Amino acid sequence: MIEIKGLTKLFGKKPVVEDVSITIEPGTITSFIGPNGAGKSTLLSMVSRLLDADTGEVLLDRNNVKKWNSSEFAKRVSILKQANHINVRLTVRELVAFGRYPYSKGRLTSADEQFVDQAIAYMNLGEMQDKFLDELSGGQKQRAFIAMVIAQDTEYILLDEPLNNLDMKHSVQIMKILRNLVDELGKTVIIVLHDINFASVYSDRIVALKNGRLVKDGPTHEIIKTDSLRDIFDMDIPIQDQNGCRICVYFNS
Amino acid sequence: MRLWIVIVAAVLLSFVSLFLGAIDIKISDLVNGDTDKIDIFLVSRVPRLMAIILAGAGMSIAGLIMQSLSRNKFVSPTTAGTLDAAKLGILISMLFFTNVTYTGQILFSFAFALAGTFVFMQILDRIKFKDVIFVPLIGIMYGNILSSITTFFAYEADLLQNISAWLMGSFTLVISGRYELLYISVPALVLAYLYANKFTVAGMGEDFAKNLGLSYKAVMNIGLVLVAIISTTVVLTVGVIPFLGLIVPNIVSLYLGDNLRKTIPHTAAMGVVFLLVCDIIGRIVIHPYEIPVNVTVAVIGSAIFLVMLIRGRAYAKK
Repeated sequence: MIEIKGLTKLFGKKPVVEDVSITIEPGTITSFIGPNGAGKSTLLSMVSRLLDADTGEVLLDRNNVKKWNSSEFAKRVSILKQANHINVRLTVRELVAFGRYPYSKGRLTSADEQFVDQAIAYMNLGEMQDKFLDELSGGQKQRAFIAMVIAQDTEYILLDEPLNNLDMKHSVQIMKILRNLVDELGKTVIIVLHDINFASVYSDRIVALKNGRLVKDGPTHEIIKTDSLRDIFDMDIPIQDQNGCRICVYFNS
Repeated sequence: MRLWIVIVAAVLLSFVSLFLGAIDIKISDLVNGDTDKIDIFLVSRVPRLMAIILAGAGMSIAGLIMQSLSRNKFVSPTTAGTLDAAKLGILISMLFFTNVTYTGQILFSFAFALAGTFVFMQILDRIKFKDVIFVPLIGIMYGNILSSITTFFAYEADLLQNISAWLMGSFTLVISGRYELLYISVPALVLAYLYANKFTVAGMGEDFAKNLGLSYKAVMNIGLVLVAIISTTVVLTVGVIPFLGLIVPNIVSLYLGDNLRKTIPHTAAMGVVFLLVCDIIGRIVIHPYEIPVNVTVAVIGSAIFLVMLIRGRAYAKK
């Protein structure tokens, strides 16, 4: 279990995240939503300890994340930031194999190879596994990075806006994969999303931030409501039900 | 390209290098026990070949490590102030410590090369605009500033001639007893290979490295120390060889990618081939005299570099 307790981060004197406390339930998808500059990515970075908090703490299994041994932590929690700018020429398979780094330090055992094979198969990358990353499209590249995270085989998978620069088809594909990771493999996914409808359709729980503060935290169906959304986005957004999916029609509100 | 092709090329060129020079030495001379020729062979030809091999492999790998850690294809010991800082170190050791020993020079030069490269990495960390061309330009400017400091004090102290001797990369003066310092780079090269995976992971950025549980700063520091060791030993024995650390890793990256575990052997072998070719050309053109290797490397290297800049800008950006 990941517990976030009273987390605050200052950039200069300005708080970008202020006194946020939430608990992440295992086996769910939790989406962080909110306007630009709400502190979603900063919060995610602190949870994955890429950033140090100024006050407050993040606990993984009741132990402060800062106290975890870095390899052990990397076997439990993985984070994928916006990865499109990585300019290293690796093949898909080499990249995915680096997901095993916390376990093997680069000397892959046959068990590691199996994880790599499975991750590649799971993300449907078999045919392009020997291609260089810079030969792939944005969607394929994103899939390769997610395959790496799958090979890392962590209980918690944190993603920072993984749908950025992806077209509709690939966005849906990625979200379905994340849903499957939770439903089939029992992973816990925490994701920063820009598109509220993807959050609505795919997540179990929504955490909404605004100006660095937590404004809403609850099951998806409680947050995707006109009143709640008004508190988050300052907009009146009508909700439509489409075969059980609640769609926010914000385009002309 | 297969590794064995590059290695076979290196071996063939090594033989050419061994039997090329002002005095004609044949294999039969060595077999027949012609003592004069055997002497020349052992005192001059073999050390020269060893120096070329170590400097070629060393500078190429130093460049490769720097490109990986700085995440920029055009950063190398020549374009990041490393070599200029090493020169400044030697000068200062000569200026302030009159009785400085060879070991003292080595240590000074090493400390300066390390500090100089570290400062460049800090600058790199702070600038927002990380364009592939812009970053090495800053490095070249930075190197020139260090270099002008060196020149100024050398001029004041009447040491300019010594300075230009280090500037000029050349194997002409390499004889037995004057190049053995280069062997210090051998353990550094072995370490570079052992750390290959860590350098690759660090090359994907701090966040990426932290995600995989790698202590980014430590790997960064080890990389810079290795680069400084290799650069110092080369500058002190052979002199400055430009472009080598820039071109060779980029050529290998084009066909093999950036997985250092895979590319380090290729880069080393390719560096040896490249330097052997340049040295052999320099020895043939005005035979029995020689053109210093840094001239041939600069001519061939700048041509290749230009092609890389024009054709490869798109590739380097990816």
